Amino acid sequence: MAKTKANKQVICEVLMDAAASGDRDVVVVCSDSRGSASMTPFFDTYPAQAVEAGIAEQDAVGMAAGMAACGKKPWVASPACFLTTRSYEQAKVDCAYSRTNVKLLGVSGGVSYGALGMSHHSAQDIAAMAAIPGMRVYLPSDEWQSKKLAEALLADTQCAYIRVGRNAVDDVYTAEDCPFEMDRATWVRRGGDVAIIACGEMVRPALDAAELLAAEDVEATVIDMYCIKPLDRDTVIEAARACGAVVAVEEHAPTGGLGSMVAQVVGEECPCPVRCLTLPDAPVVTGTSPEVFDHYGLNAEGIAEAARAAIARK
Amino acid sequence: MAENFETLRWRLRQDAVDIIVAGGGGHIGGDMSVMDALMLLYGKVMNVGPDKLDDPDRDRFLLSKGHAMEAYYAVLCHYGYLDLADVKARFSKFESPYIGHPNNKLPGIEMNSGSLGHGLPVGVGMALAAKMDGRPYRTYVVMGDGELAEGSIWEAAMAGATYGLDNLCAVVDRNHLQISGNTEDVMRADSQEARWQAFGWHTVCVNGNDLAALEAAFAETAATEGQPTAIIMDTVKGLGSPVMENKAGWHHHLPNDEEYAQISADLAAHAKAAEQGEAYVPELDFSVERAGATAPVSALAGGAGAAAPAPAADCPVHPATAGCPACANAKEA
Repeated sequence: MAKTKANKQVICEVLMDAAASGDRDVVVVCSDSRGSASMTPFFDTYPAQAVEAGIAEQDAVGMAAGMAACGKKPWVASPACFLTTRSYEQAKVDCAYSRTNVKLLGVSGGVSYGALGMSHHSAQDIAAMAAIPGMRVYLPSDEWQSKKLAEALLADTQCAYIRVGRNAVDDVYTAEDCPFEMDRATWVRRGGDVAIIACGEMVRPALDAAELLAAEDVEATVIDMYCIKPLDRDTVIEAARACGAVVAVEEHAPTGGLGSMVAQVVGEECPCPVRCLTLPDAPVVTGTSPEVFDHYGLNAEGIAEAARAAIARK
Repeated sequence: MAENFETLRWRLRQDAVDIIVAGGGGHIGGDMSVMDALMLLYGKVMNVGPDKLDDPDRDRFLLSKGHAMEAYYAVLCHYGYLDLADVKARFSKFESPYIGHPNNKLPGIEMNSGSLGHGLPVGVGMALAAKMDGRPYRTYVVMGDGELAEGSIWEAAMAGATYGLDNLCAVVDRNHLQISGNTEDVMRADSQEARWQAFGWHTVCVNGNDLAALEAAFAETAATEGQPTAIIMDTVKGLGSPVMENKAGWHHHLPNDEEYAQISADLAAHAKAAEQGEAYVPELDFSVERAGATAPVSALAGGAGAAAPAPAADCPVHPATAGCPACANAKEA
């Protein structure tokens, strides 16, 4: 049965659970985005802990920083495309530099908005946010991991950027089996021929690619690198050394994202062939997310093909 | 014994000048224009102190025009947050915490700043947090007038009014000069009064280098209910010595030995007069620098567009009968 609950909805539920448990400091800030961010239930149920900034992302993030400096735990939930670029300096100065506990939740990230065009795509957000000293970057893969990540972030006191997509995505984990350790990547599958390191909504197709490869007697490791910053370098090194070939997969531009970071670590620590599967350095083709992914090979077959190419270069 | 602010205001200016000279440069012009407001805020208006750094009910202060840091250092040192000798010894030096903009690793500084246009959104958030928590503290944000070209300020102005933040006070250091020249030549800023009122704020226009008037303005701010207040304080950039007063070139400057000696002598003369009971109120004449400028800065600007709205008739700084050359009233006078 197709999934119906998007990761952003799960995060809203976590924030509502916190408010329901009596946490008066959890605050959600939206930029006329409560609907698109799936935060309407929070706004309706906890209006005293919900702040509408209007279509003003700079102000939304600045306000959140001010509230955080006074003890609040604000989550700014806004389309990733606007949140990470319009308010980039607020993220840098008011959140990271001033060390305020602001969680920046970029919703409908990557190419989620499909045919709305490049203005609404956020294929630069990993690079942009990760470049800020003190800013952490997380891309959860499914609803179960999103829940655990949001719960962990609620309990800490530093700023972070979290990107989730617009639509429901197929599970990687289950309610009963979702291993999660903060800032440690998850080994979704272990194999000795190639290491596929993916983040966000690319983890599920990476797992599907591993199944395709298994039918060819190629055993792939699949790493869920939901914690892009701080990158779990140890896991990258361990997987690269074990397999001798690496594929990095992400819904992001080719520069400065997961692939860049993985290649940097592998190059420094344990050189071996690395293939980076990304969106192009160009406005993407018009289409739904699945259509766009298929076009650029960001699907099971495309990932499997990249894995074969990486293995061939061993 | 009550502090003699009329004397202190000149001594703090000398401290700021000394910090600048020790560090090899600083934003001296804006330090001098905003000093009186900083001094009164920390010395008389705000519920703050080095013994209240973690008091949840302390008033919050944000120096959004963070480049006026040397003035802020002088005030923080005088009120016991920092040691003046240490600041002078290490300002701008290698590995020093005393950088050229607010650093919230230092006691008493709430947030880092330096990029203009950030203070008011943060201040709105602080004031909102106070309302959410039912706490009595007030938030003060000091901005420069050139800074008001930043759009983020007007986003926050909308939010401050929307949420009726009467615990929030924006202070505009309207010294009429920015680094490239007169504000009206770089990017029109008048009429600030009309702009803030249009955004739903209570406004108070005041000579920001008139201590009695400024104190009354802060009192009016605290007494205003249901909306935030913007104090638009006309000030003299470089106030304290004719060497630097109303001169855009002194936005960021290191006085040479001769200039330093003259500035110090002028500040000492002000302090001496204050000790004898004189309350100095500078004349606000913003035509001084502008007359010699090749305004407007952009060759394409200046001819087109509507003239700035005139300040309200009851504006104490720009009464229609006075013909202040800095505002639209001058054209009618």
